[in-house]
Amino acid sequence: MGDFFLHLLGYVNPYYLQIIVNIGIGIILALGLNVVTGLTGQLSLGHAAFMSIGAFTSAVLTIKIGMPFSINLLLTGFITAAVAALIGLPILRLTGDYLAICTLGFAEIVKVIFLNLEITNKALGLSVPTPNTAIPMPVVVWIVVLLTIVCVTFIHNSRFGRALMAVRGDEIAAEAMGINVTRYKVQSFAIGAFIAGVGGALYAHFMGYINPSDFGFLKSVDILSMVVLGGLGSIAGSVIGASILSAAPEFLRFMANYRMLVYGGLLVCMMIFRPNGLMGGTSFTEMVLRALGRKPRLKIIMEQKNSELTRSGNGDT
Amino acid sequence: MFLQQLINGIALGSTYALIALGYTMVYGIITLINFAHGEIFMVGAFVGLFATAILKVNYLVAILIAMVVCMLLGMFIERVAYRPLRKSSRLSALISAIGVSIFLSTLAQMLFGANAKGYPEGVFPVKQITIGSAEISTLQLLIIAISAVLMISLEFIVHKTKIGKAMRATSEDYNTAALMGINVNMVISFTFALGSALAAAGGVLVGLLFNAVSFNMGLMAGLKAFAAAVLGGIGSIPGAMLGGLLLGVTEVAGVASGFSSYRDAIAFAILVLVLLVKPTGLLGRKIQKKV
Repeated sequence: MGDFFLHLLGYVNPYYLQIIVNIGIGIILALGLNVVTGLTGQLSLGHAAFMSIGAFTSAVLTIKIGMPFSINLLLTGFITAAVAALIGLPILRLTGDYLAICTLGFAEIVKVIFLNLEITNKALGLSVPTPNTAIPMPVVVWIVVLLTIVCVTFIHNSRFGRALMAVRGDEIAAEAMGINVTRYKVQSFAIGAFIAGVGGALYAHFMGYINPSDFGFLKSVDILSMVVLGGLGSIAGSVIGASILSAAPEFLRFMANYRMLVYGGLLVCMMIFRPNGLMGGTSFTEMVLRALGRKPRLKIIMEQKNSELTRSGNGDT
Repeated sequence: MFLQQLINGIALGSTYALIALGYTMVYGIITLINFAHGEIFMVGAFVGLFATAILKVNYLVAILIAMVVCMLLGMFIERVAYRPLRKSSRLSALISAIGVSIFLSTLAQMLFGANAKGYPEGVFPVKQITIGSAEISTLQLLIIAISAVLMISLEFIVHKTKIGKAMRATSEDYNTAALMGINVNMVISFTFALGSALAAAGGVLVGLLFNAVSFNMGLMAGLKAFAAAVLGGIGSIPGAMLGGLLLGVTEVAGVASGFSSYRDAIAFAILVLVLLVKPTGLLGRKIQKKV
């Protein structure tokens, strides 16, 4: 099986392969942040910190202990989630922009600590050996992408996911309905961090080299842009947003120096022309059903009522 | 020793405060975290550099030129990148601000190169004054003095003039202010102009202080100033001044006591700790939860 994939990947240009893997890692990270920001409505400007923690944890586990990659990946995820829960318990009491700046501060602190630790090789960064997996890395990354999409979809449609959406809608109302707001916030934070940690571990092992400075504020912003561009709370949106923004710097490469300039302008234009994101306010499943002409009638009626409600709801805010 | 570090801290802190004021004013009026603000600070430093190096003007004139240029830039950015998004979600405006920030810093890198540049020698003749055991440079005193003058004029504008009253009304309630006949668009433009002018002055002063101007100086300075604004209670003008000074002093104290490699983390650690004790910042208004 591994040989088959290896043979298949032999046909792909290594440069394109790298872009494809970057897109995969971008999708994983965006989906993780989407749980925190899109589903639960907690703005985080420090998601790269969890990617960083994941990347360094898995690198250290590989280098010092020589742990097999699959266990390493899971363990990294759990360690990152544990850190997130520890951090989340105190700071998730804050709301809105105070939470945002706190997560930003946390990310900067993590970066500076990693830049000063002996075990992370200070500012030089770590070289990570390529893992010995039966299936080649690019395929592993995309398997994880698919698993993440499935898991996040389950979360969206579960009782747990509805509780998170209630917290996003109105914390006080959710509390009145018997939802333990703090618990759900911390749990969603930990889930987002778990996914980011796994993404970071994949990044570390695919790239082969990690440096604390790679996971700074700009990386967090990158991930947030993917989620917002795709449309907050939309899984398909996150996937599309991550694909576009991960690939954009490469496709803009022909412009050489102008590429980040265009990237910045692109962000502004996309927001002006599509302020709710590409997939904001629409659902992928419904779009497919509508395209097939199989949209259940009940759902249409429900949707009309919903949109009326939101319209009248917007009136007095 | 203590006095010297205190003066160092206050000088650094006043520059943070100058930048933080722009964040806090814009936030107070349209609840937008203007991430492009750090870049305006950077542009201010560059304009000051060219004014002194090419036009050979006095440093005070250079500060004025930088302030005017950045005022226009700030108003232009607001018009192009934020006004179309005023009715949409706050996160979209945030991403737009980040886009502007990336655009400006890349543009600066292309135009001025990636290397840090210094101000021409003799722009401001630095003398050392000895008070007791402390060695204080005249440059630090200049920074403190100019910041103080700017902040007092800002307080005057906000509290004693008609446009200041309009600004306060708009930040109190955007829609009601519009109903009362206040030209809200004009007020927002003015707020951006004011904030950008202060950031530009801060840029020139920081350029003189560290004698280094580079395309990426806006990022960290902007983040720290934002932290200062939140520390003081975002939306509050005296809060931004207090937060800036506090961050500057603690950062210098941390560096002086041997944590220099943790320099950038100190500001954020203080911020996180303060927010855990006082969730709305030092002078922030208590947020009322509406049911």
